[in-house]
Amino acid sequence: MSAGQDDKTPSRLERLRQGLRRSREGLLGRISGLFGGATQSVDWGEDLEAALIQADLGPGAAARVVEAVRGSAGATAPSWEGVRETARRILRDILASPPGAAGPGVARPRVILCVGVNGGGKTTTVAKLARRLARDGQRVVLCAADTFRAAADEQLRVWSERVGAEFIAHRPGADPSAVVFDAAAAALARGVDALIIDTAGRLHTQDPLMRELEKIVRVVGRQIAGAPHEVLLILDATTGQNGVNQARQFLAAARVNGLVLTKVDGTARGGVAVRIVQELGIPLRYLGTGEGPDDLVDFDPDDFLEGLLPSAA
Amino acid sequence: MFDALSERLQTIFRTLRGHGHLTESEIRDGLREIRMALLEADVHLKVVKDLTEAVRQKASSDEILKSLTPGQQVIKLVRDEMVAILAQGGEATLRWAGRPPSVILMAGLQGSGKTTTGAKLARLLKSQGRSPLLAAADVRRPAAIDQLKVLGAQIGVPVISGAPGSGALEVVDRALREARQVGRDPVIVDTAGRLHIDEELMTELERLKEALAPVEILYVADAMTGQDAVRSASTFHARLGLTGVILSKADGDARGGAALSLRHVTGVPIKFIGTGEHIENLEAFHAERMVSRILGMGDVIGLIEKAESVASVEEAAHLARRLKKSEFTFEDLAAQLDKVSKMGSLRQILEMLPGAGALKDMPVDETEIARTRAIIGSMTIHERRNPEVIDGGRRLRIARGSGTTVNDINRLLKQFKQMRKMMKAFGRGGGNIRLPGPLGGARSFRR
Ligand SMILES: Nc1nc2c(ncn2[C@@H]2O[C@H](COP(=O)(O)OP(=O)(O)OP(=O)(O)O)[C@@H](O)[C@H]2O)c(=O)[nH]1
Ligand SMILES: [Mg+2]
Repeated sequence: MSAGQDDKTPSRLERLRQGLRRSREGLLGRISGLFGGATQSVDWGEDLEAALIQADLGPGAAARVVEAVRGSAGATAPSWEGVRETARRILRDILASPPGAAGPGVARPRVILCVGVNGGGKTTTVAKLARRLARDGQRVVLCAADTFRAAADEQLRVWSERVGAEFIAHRPGADPSAVVFDAAAAALARGVDALIIDTAGRLHTQDPLMRELEKIVRVVGRQIAGAPHEVLLILDATTGQNGVNQARQFLAAARVNGLVLTKVDGTARGGVAVRIVQELGIPLRYLGTGEGPDDLVDFDPDDFLEGLLPSAA
Repeated sequence: MFDALSERLQTIFRTLRGHGHLTESEIRDGLREIRMALLEADVHLKVVKDLTEAVRQKASSDEILKSLTPGQQVIKLVRDEMVAILAQGGEATLRWAGRPPSVILMAGLQGSGKTTTGAKLARLLKSQGRSPLLAAADVRRPAAIDQLKVLGAQIGVPVISGAPGSGALEVVDRALREARQVGRDPVIVDTAGRLHIDEELMTELERLKEALAPVEILYVADAMTGQDAVRSASTFHARLGLTGVILSKADGDARGGAALSLRHVTGVPIKFIGTGEHIENLEAFHAERMVSRILGMGDVIGLIEKAESVASVEEAAHLARRLKKSEFTFEDLAAQLDKVSKMGSLRQILEMLPGAGALKDMPVDETEIARTRAIIGSMTIHERRNPEVIDGGRRLRIARGSGTTVNDINRLLKQFKQMRKMMKAFGRGGGNIRLPGPLGGARSFRR
């Protein structure tokens, strides 16, 4: 993944682990109960499927993983550890397959657009991303393109102060792409390193709003070559199978090239992200691990899978 | 997905027409389809198990085994089980305190929609003659207080907040005093979103509950939630004793299986659903509509049932299939209109369509139907089947023949086109659908 060693500072990783440990609790007792350590279970397929379904992988994808595990498990009844390892390997292959999205590019200003349904964590993620860049000594402009939700601009303004970023907004109700236009102009004029755009939450089924998003992409693209360089879909880890529809629509409207799974500090395991990676080829980029500005970690398949299919220990 | 469920079940159960009874293995196959579909709709695994078990037992009864339409009968069983879960205890209304003000505490995970929903509820109650007060007790999320203030100003409901730096308890204290002084009722308390495993914040909620003695503790749950819905809601319920659930963001295309799981596992009734970002988009909860939505079939079953009394089952199933494939023609429309009078009023039929909640107050013009029938009556069979061919000359002829104007013809053709589109969406089981055509003109309701 991008951004280097810094992401592996113990504190951040520890936070993620804490989150994952919590999410393990419910499932774990059940699984170890079922398997009783390493005993044979005729029904391990059913148990694995149940675990995957409860992690929101969806019935179809869960069944496919079980089949794949069966295929490589051979005739002997394997231990839970064996099953889990095989399943993880299969899932790791899926999660690692899409060619990494826009890496830490050279574009300047680098434009990052955050999109997603209501309440997923867009604004908070924008702040976290800004914090990350600012800590690396970069100058960042935040653009409040959510002109619809009450006090959305104020929320982002407060964050911009906290994380040390510049801030561009219009009046509530203004045309979002007009704000984006101004923010892009300001970013260029000020010669900053990055422009991060916060958009209004919208359900992917709302046609006019999806077109509004297309317009934002067009507008910023006309001003800054190759922009938006990163389009991040912000997805709440508690989201169920509808997440695939969401991703499909946002991909079509705003050419999403990265997925951020938020709220993984809860007990949801975000398995629908696996389907999104597999079916739509959008790579997972970051995980949101809390409400604070530092609670963002680079996606790491092994950490993620530890949450999805915890080891029995 | 579930759109295809009824068709898949038909296929599985079709064979049995030949030998006249359902076999164990056919039932098993059918239940497997049902299980997949429910899981795809985000119903919790355990709830799916309970449900399919209940259906399996009932499906083995003689009546169903010998039925001519076992596929439909089994779907109906599933639906009835689901409705029974969701509608348990009858209509869920808000409770009121013996002595005002009644306090309504909003709780839930981050980003579930508490603030907006609290304001929507205030607006709804105000429109029913109450004088609500909003308390901004989310002192954590940046600008949450501003957000509530903006919404309060929009709907003309006062918002009480604390001095900068004050805690949630101080805010609700202040709000209670204010409500008593100026006689406001109810007090709706917005709280910060929190994870059910956040010990400190869950304790804060318990304190708020103690201080406020609320009559309602409403849990706001996102309709798009997956399997985790049960765990978070159960924890909130165990700590606080929830009195109701509000399902938010139900205007998307999520099946909303979480609603069923929440109800089944916690027993807490769902009282409202949020159907849009606008402040007026809050509706009473309807179990049957929710079930249709989770099943992703619109209320095709409801239509089938109704139609059964006036038409053959075959005919009804045929129509349902056409509706889905949007092969709908003027012939179908005419046939439908003929049956409409036998099936009851248009209003009743409207009620059966998904998302029709938003259309409740829509005027339905019964004389339009007579006109529409006349127009279709003046079309040739070819025109009825291929509306695209109806050009200017044909329109004039049809208008003359039916005693209407070319304008009327134009309008009907346009409505028909929209209707086909809608039927397609209806088949897909989408959320809100704007019902065009002879069934009236609905307003668009967003932004
Ligand atoms: N626990 C936890 N909470 C988060 C995380 N990310 C965001 N949140 C919280 O989720 C809530 C919603 O976050 P926002 O950033 O306002 O979400 P949004 O997508 O911008 O919301 P809208 O603009 O209203 O659509 C806030 O209370 C955040 O603090 C996370 O990773 N973990
Ligand atoms: Mg936001």
